[in-house]
Amino acid sequence: MLRLEKRPTPSRAWAWGTPFLAVLLTMIAGGALFAMLGKDPVAVVRTIFWDPLLGEYAFYLRGQLLVKAGPLALIAVGLALGFRAGIWNIGAEGQYIMGAIFGASVGLAVYPTESRWIFPLMILAGGFGGWLWAMIPALLKTRFNTNEILVSLMLVYVAETILSKAATGFLRNPEGAGFPGSRNFSSYPAARNPELIAGTGMHWGVVAAFIVVIAAYVLLQRHLLGFQIRLAGQAPRAARFAGVRPNRLVIFCLGASGALAGLAGLFEVTGPAGQISIDFNQGYGFTAIIVAFLGRLNPVGILLAALLMALTYVGGEMAATNLGLPSAAIRVFQGMLLFFLLAVDVLSNYRVRIAAFVKEAR
Amino acid sequence: MELFGINPAILVASLMVAAVPILLAAIGELVVEKAGVLNLGVEGMMIMGAISGFITAVHTGSPALGFLGGALGAMALSLVFALLTQVFLANQVATGLALTLFGLGFSSLMGQGYNGIKPPRTPSLPFGPLEQIPFFGRVLFSHDWVVYASVAIVAAVWAVLRYSRAGLILRAVGESHDAAHALGYKVVRIRVLAILFGAAMAGMGGAYISLVRVPQWTDGITAGAGWIALAIVVFASWKPWRVLVGAWLFGGITVLQLNLQAAGSRIPVEYLSMSPYLITILVLVIMSSGRGRAGLNAPASLGQNFHASR
Repeated sequence: MLRLEKRPTPSRAWAWGTPFLAVLLTMIAGGALFAMLGKDPVAVVRTIFWDPLLGEYAFYLRGQLLVKAGPLALIAVGLALGFRAGIWNIGAEGQYIMGAIFGASVGLAVYPTESRWIFPLMILAGGFGGWLWAMIPALLKTRFNTNEILVSLMLVYVAETILSKAATGFLRNPEGAGFPGSRNFSSYPAARNPELIAGTGMHWGVVAAFIVVIAAYVLLQRHLLGFQIRLAGQAPRAARFAGVRPNRLVIFCLGASGALAGLAGLFEVTGPAGQISIDFNQGYGFTAIIVAFLGRLNPVGILLAALLMALTYVGGEMAATNLGLPSAAIRVFQGMLLFFLLAVDVLSNYRVRIAAFVKEAR
Repeated sequence: MELFGINPAILVASLMVAAVPILLAAIGELVVEKAGVLNLGVEGMMIMGAISGFITAVHTGSPALGFLGGALGAMALSLVFALLTQVFLANQVATGLALTLFGLGFSSLMGQGYNGIKPPRTPSLPFGPLEQIPFFGRVLFSHDWVVYASVAIVAAVWAVLRYSRAGLILRAVGESHDAAHALGYKVVRIRVLAILFGAAMAGMGGAYISLVRVPQWTDGITAGAGWIALAIVVFASWKPWRVLVGAWLFGGITVLQLNLQAAGSRIPVEYLSMSPYLITILVLVIMSSGRGRAGLNAPASLGQNFHASR
């Protein structure tokens, strides 16, 4: 019989090793799933993980990687701050939508004015929208002790309703012949989030993601607030004795993650998506949860995890068009990845011993 | 008798039907949480139940087998949760979220080719002359068997938790797993059984959505019902009968807003359709604040993993 023995401190080697092990296991299990769907597992895994990087059309697909990784990293870094402190914001999808709506509203309100201040103002409005939406669970948590998991999640459904109202009502393109969807930002230079270097997929959202990753890393490693976040997550009682005020952490973590998700939404709607439409949100807010865990709640790890997750998106689309893989299969694949991550995490916190051997040693 | 163009007898009767999915899921989750396990994957288990129940019913032609299939589908998924949290000691919040993300994807994969199909109808039970009683005939004697079964399950859960030895052991495990372990109870085994029961209930609830409420298959059909069920457990302060009250309250709100939409109310449709979620938040706020803090009634070991070091 195997038995688990708690390590005095989590193993550092395994902490770095587990994500790779999880990816490997997911490839194997995913391959089995693809085989069951009647696809050649090797071809599918190669299409997802190899072709976007080094395949025939890689020059085009590589740009897509940053487009997808940007918002994922931006949201996941914010979520990771909270997850570290034991504050579970799982409504990033709603904050992402509200950020997009707030930011787009500012841009559309002044259409067609041309000024260099419009886009920065929209960025502020986007961050503010996400922050505001996250403040609802934060204030309810600090004032009324309400569960932030359920409230933030409920607000996703509310935000989706507001989005459909925005796309068909108050933000609809007045020149759009009655079709749902706002004006397209790609034809409004002052509010556009363009590709900065052609072919790389680099836009302002990706730049923001890089800045945020560095800022979050510094915050967690070098700043007192970062220390308090880590302490509150690992030893809540000790944190209270050390003078950490839990309510302040809740406000900060939820606010930061909401603002970052809002920024991601704004950059997405003005750039890759182009307009507010009923389904411009692609579930990034939920996928970012997987990204945060895959990156081990560490900003640098999250950046790598976001790139990997972007790879599954881009490669998944390739596999869908070239091999007829159902697009839902990719979501299953991403879900599996989170399962395996959580499962192999046991290796960094526990030592696996063979029970019979332990008895003999005594 | 009509109020604002809505017949109250039909309103009450349909709220009982509308409440069934969340009622089943919530009573299952109550048992899970009473055992000290926080399974946030209710939404994922419900939608797995919805699709596996739908597929079973379509192929066998029997709604009853469909509900069984729904329960089994959700239980299969919950085994992953049980393995991860009880054996590999993974974080329960994260694993529950993973269960939901995975369930949403997997159900949509399973459901390909099932869009637009009508499942076999679940008939209402024949009560003969009782159905003719004014008002009460419509309210009490016009439903299918699952409606009655769900209320019976609430009663059974209440009785078992309150009066039986098994219920006492379950609660002991949820209040203090270390003490229960010291007394010789198999904490992990009891929790796995509780998780399986919760999944069976969530799966049946999901199957009720795809077989009776809607009835057809579309992606994301549960639309947050699992999360509302989780909120109802908090609302009910972990008491079975209050789960029934909570589920009927939410069923009532759902039915009322649908009726108001149909009756052409002046309130915009969007505000009506977000009302169940907003009211869930409102109820959570009321229940978790003030003197009657629901949190005080939560099982003491809720969400904590158990590792027998000796």
